[in-house]
Amino acid sequence: MFRNVEELVSLAENKGVKIAEIMIQQECNVTNRTREDVMAQMERNLVVMEQAVERGLAGVKSHSGLTGGDAVLLQSYIDEGKFLSGSTILDAVSKAVATNEVNAAMGTICATPTAGSAGVVPGTLFAVKNKLNPSRKEMIEFLFTSGAFGFVIANNASISGAAGGCQAEVGSASGMAAAAIVELAGGSPRQAATAMAITLKNMLGLVCDPVAGLVEVPCVKRNAMGAANAMVAADMALAGITSRIPCDEVIDAMFKIGQMMPNALKETAQGGLAATPTGQQLKAKIFGDSQK
Amino acid sequence: MKYRSVFDIIGPIMIGPSSSHTAGAARIGRVARTLFDREPKWATISLYGSFAQTYRGHGTDIALIGGLLDFDTYDERIKSSLEIAKDKGIKITFIEEDAITDHPNTARLIIGDDYGQLELVGVSIGGGKIEITELNGFELKLSGNHPAILVVHNDRYGAIASVANILAKHAINIGHMDVSRKEVGQLALMTIETDQNLSKDVLEELKTLPNILQVTKIDD
Repeated sequence: MFRNVEELVSLAENKGVKIAEIMIQQECNVTNRTREDVMAQMERNLVVMEQAVERGLAGVKSHSGLTGGDAVLLQSYIDEGKFLSGSTILDAVSKAVATNEVNAAMGTICATPTAGSAGVVPGTLFAVKNKLNPSRKEMIEFLFTSGAFGFVIANNASISGAAGGCQAEVGSASGMAAAAIVELAGGSPRQAATAMAITLKNMLGLVCDPVAGLVEVPCVKRNAMGAANAMVAADMALAGITSRIPCDEVIDAMFKIGQMMPNALKETAQGGLAATPTGQQLKAKIFGDSQK
Repeated sequence: MKYRSVFDIIGPIMIGPSSSHTAGAARIGRVARTLFDREPKWATISLYGSFAQTYRGHGTDIALIGGLLDFDTYDERIKSSLEIAKDKGIKITFIEEDAITDHPNTARLIIGDDYGQLELVGVSIGGGKIEITELNGFELKLSGNHPAILVVHNDRYGAIASVANILAKHAINIGHMDVSRKEVGQLALMTIETDQNLSKDVLEELKTLPNILQVTKIDD
């Protein structure tokens, strides 16, 4: 079992296989299941992700009314062709938003690695899909690659906003996505690790401060930027840029930052954006005064 | 390592909005239901840390009750679990606690009916993954990664060996095991995670052993 990113990359390099393959083999060994079984389960996750994006792009609204409809706005904007950044990155953003709008509306999603950060990995996958035309198998592998990197973070730091802040949720999702994009685009295992390091470095310190305790504001837009961050970091790694701080040390830094972070900024809805005058007003409007 | 499977990271498939506060909560409720082995008539649920502060926004209350009604994380009925419980006449009380727990997402469930009650502490550690840390006053560590049996027994020599012998006879391998007791010579609890699921016959055989009082199975 690989314990850190360095071991994961070395395993892939020594065997001359993708990160995805290392993850698939480990899953079969650890859970004593067949390859077909494991691949089939991941495809079921992929199907749920596709359905969530589709539903979000058709337009949803949450019960609180705080979120919904932004994915549709962005898709129309892309169609008009006047965008400044780029169609692939905006497509990734809109699909990440779509997923989290469905999540906020209590729709069915696949946690990647959590529900609050479920938009980033599928958002980027379905956007780069239009550019790279991957096979179904390669799309499933994308999820194993991102899962392999998430696995390392979960075991060495945290993927819980309550334990580590948003850096642990959207930060992790973004790093996982960046690494998987690199591998899908034909980059090496080491470049995948670099993409994750670059992404995570730019997510360090991000707090979890949901308005009214709802997974809506700012979660949906954090998924948007998580997707954009992943796309840019993947391009940087593919360009040959390296990270001065190794990926494992970035993960360790994230863990320590999470421990130092005050509880008010770890999914308690007591600090940050949740504590702003508008955040408080929204909370009062949604729940009245019944919840602390 | 807390996480063993890639599907702890990519998954579960679930009803939103939060893997820790919704899916994890549903799983904690469902473990309590499985251990109680029937639908409770009442439930008193104490919430700690982030659970206490944000449970309504995250649907933690809905999900815990959904779990007590035996709904899985992706079951659409979770959304209306409070109404379903009300229709069934299940009495539910939520308590927001101020105490600081080891992990911020902790819930204590006391459920029961005319015939008995069960008390359980569950922790939602992230991404929908949970750990059960206390059962009826016994400390334990149950990951939910493997099939497991919980054996309440008298704290006497030979009790543990007798259970292990039966498992060995049926070629069932123990992956993890711990024993917890409140006082020397009184009641104790064995938590045994196995690599294979246990058949009903094996469970019945375990129940016939001296000093073994209760055997409950949890499938993975």
